[in-house]
Amino acid sequence: MKIICRCQDVSEDEIIAAIRQGATTIDEIRRLVRAGMGSCQGRTCRRLVAQIISRELKTPPAEIYPPTFRPPNRPVSFELIMAERERQETEDGDKK
Amino acid sequence: MNTAFDAVIIGGGILGIATAYELARAGMKKVCVLERHYLASGSTGRCGGGFRQQWSTEANTLLAMDSVKRLEGLEEELGYHTEFFQGGYLILAHTPEEEQQFAKNVEMQRRLGLDVNIVDADEALKIVPFLNKEMIRKATWCPKDGHINPFLLTQGYANAARRLGVQIHLWTNVVGIMKKSDTFFVMTEAGNTYQTPLLFNCAGGFSRSIGAMLNVEIPVDPYRHEILVTEPVERLWNPMVISFSVGLYARQEMSGGVVMGMGDPNEPVGTFVGSSMHFMYEMAQRFTRLFPKLDKLRIVRQWAGLYEMTADAQPILGPVDEVDNFIQASGFSGHGLMLAPAVSQILADMVINKKKSEVVDSLNVKRLYNLKNVNKEKSVV
Ligand SMILES: Cc1cc2nc3c(=O)[nH]c(=O)nc-3n(C[C@H](O)[C@H](O)[C@H](O)COP(=O)(O)OP(=O)(O)OC[C@H]3O[C@@H](n4cnc5c(N)ncnc54)[C@H](O)[C@@H]3O)c2cc1C
Ligand code: FES
Repeated sequence: MKIICRCQDVSEDEIIAAIRQGATTIDEIRRLVRAGMGSCQGRTCRRLVAQIISRELKTPPAEIYPPTFRPPNRPVSFELIMAERERQETEDGDKK
Repeated sequence: MNTAFDAVIIGGGILGIATAYELARAGMKKVCVLERHYLASGSTGRCGGGFRQQWSTEANTLLAMDSVKRLEGLEEELGYHTEFFQGGYLILAHTPEEEQQFAKNVEMQRRLGLDVNIVDADEALKIVPFLNKEMIRKATWCPKDGHINPFLLTQGYANAARRLGVQIHLWTNVVGIMKKSDTFFVMTEAGNTYQTPLLFNCAGGFSRSIGAMLNVEIPVDPYRHEILVTEPVERLWNPMVISFSVGLYARQEMSGGVVMGMGDPNEPVGTFVGSSMHFMYEMAQRFTRLFPKLDKLRIVRQWAGLYEMTADAQPILGPVDEVDNFIQASGFSGHGLMLAPAVSQILADMVINKKKSEVVDSLNVKRLYNLKNVNKEKSVV
């Protein structure tokens, strides 16, 4: 069994099964079998998933609907966000 | 291409797909769904996945109770795993006013037969640990509410519908509709025309524009609603937690991530669904106020979808006066996933078996043309 998404432990077979159910895009595969939902947010597996769609549906890679990129870029804690906000507010205060 | 169907449904979200399935199950032969992107690409695939029966209006409560009954047997019926999970809903009262309103809601809900209780702060913390106890006066608790995976639910309905012969045409954008005598001509961007005597508007945040194609006013306004998920952690709690005053809801997915979203009263009408930094800050602040001990949780992804609001935050269902056989199922105002299993079945029963439904009658679009005595749903985040 070939693992395509390491973060979420999703195999090539599972991705092919999703395509057989009608999925044609990277977003649908992410939603149906979680490939690309992991902590790297698909950075590692996105291209492999695209290749499988292209091969299974015989569409050129360029014609596959591009995935949506969702922020944040890497996992960030609530604590850090709050600290960043405080820092910005102090900075804004300093400027005034 | 020029094709004839017994029914055409515009919109491949949960409403369109569930309705297609119910029509086919009730015996309709040629049913077609037109979806401009892919399945569940609209609000459905972006939603929080919660289902609750605790509402402030009777119509919403009855529909939601019907839906949950339907959901309880649906995995078996569809032959599909949907992550259906009755982990309950815990709704927090922080102020005396909320306590009063919730007592009224619970009285009405119990009268309709719902198993729902008012609990104190200690009990609430037993159900959902980590809550900031100081902030809680009381809470309402319904153990039979819960959550479900919206993509899997839609896909499960879609697979079952296709087995019954339903056609689902993806990447098919409807750009115009004409009606000549009893036939609708539904035209697509690719230049195809679909003919049908029965047309459903299940276009979610875009249902106003579908109505406009037939000169029917469908007063649904789309608003962006943002949401995020943290990385997976060990099980923290089972229910969906809602606070209307803090303005947030949060639940833990079966895979461990905590999903949370909030309402933003400053959001303008529009169909933009990009993500904002403002949301991340605001959500972090609200969440850590309610769950101070969980500030180390890390966000992995944020996104947004459309709330399809009506003036009374209740859906628009059933026929319209101006055009016969043009059936509405939209304007779900942020709770369409949980109402879809009941609504789709009631509408199919209505058009095929001519069965009357008081709830559907009470939710006819006409009520929104005259806004003097609106009975507004209050329990909305
Ligand atoms: C962040 C967020 C959280 C939510 N949380 C919950 C929750 O916890 N529980 C709950 O029950 N509900 C929730 N909701 C609300 C829920 O998502 C919606 O009420 C529900 O999905 C509506 O389903 P629908 O099928 O009517 O609309 P949609 O899913 O939007 O489907 C409409 C479809 O119509 C298509 N369409 C539009 N115009 C055209 C056209 N011209 N031609 C062809 N196709 C067209 C669109 O592409 C779209 O796919 C939430 C919503 C959001 C945004
Ligand atoms: S490898 Fe798929 S999400 Fe990281």
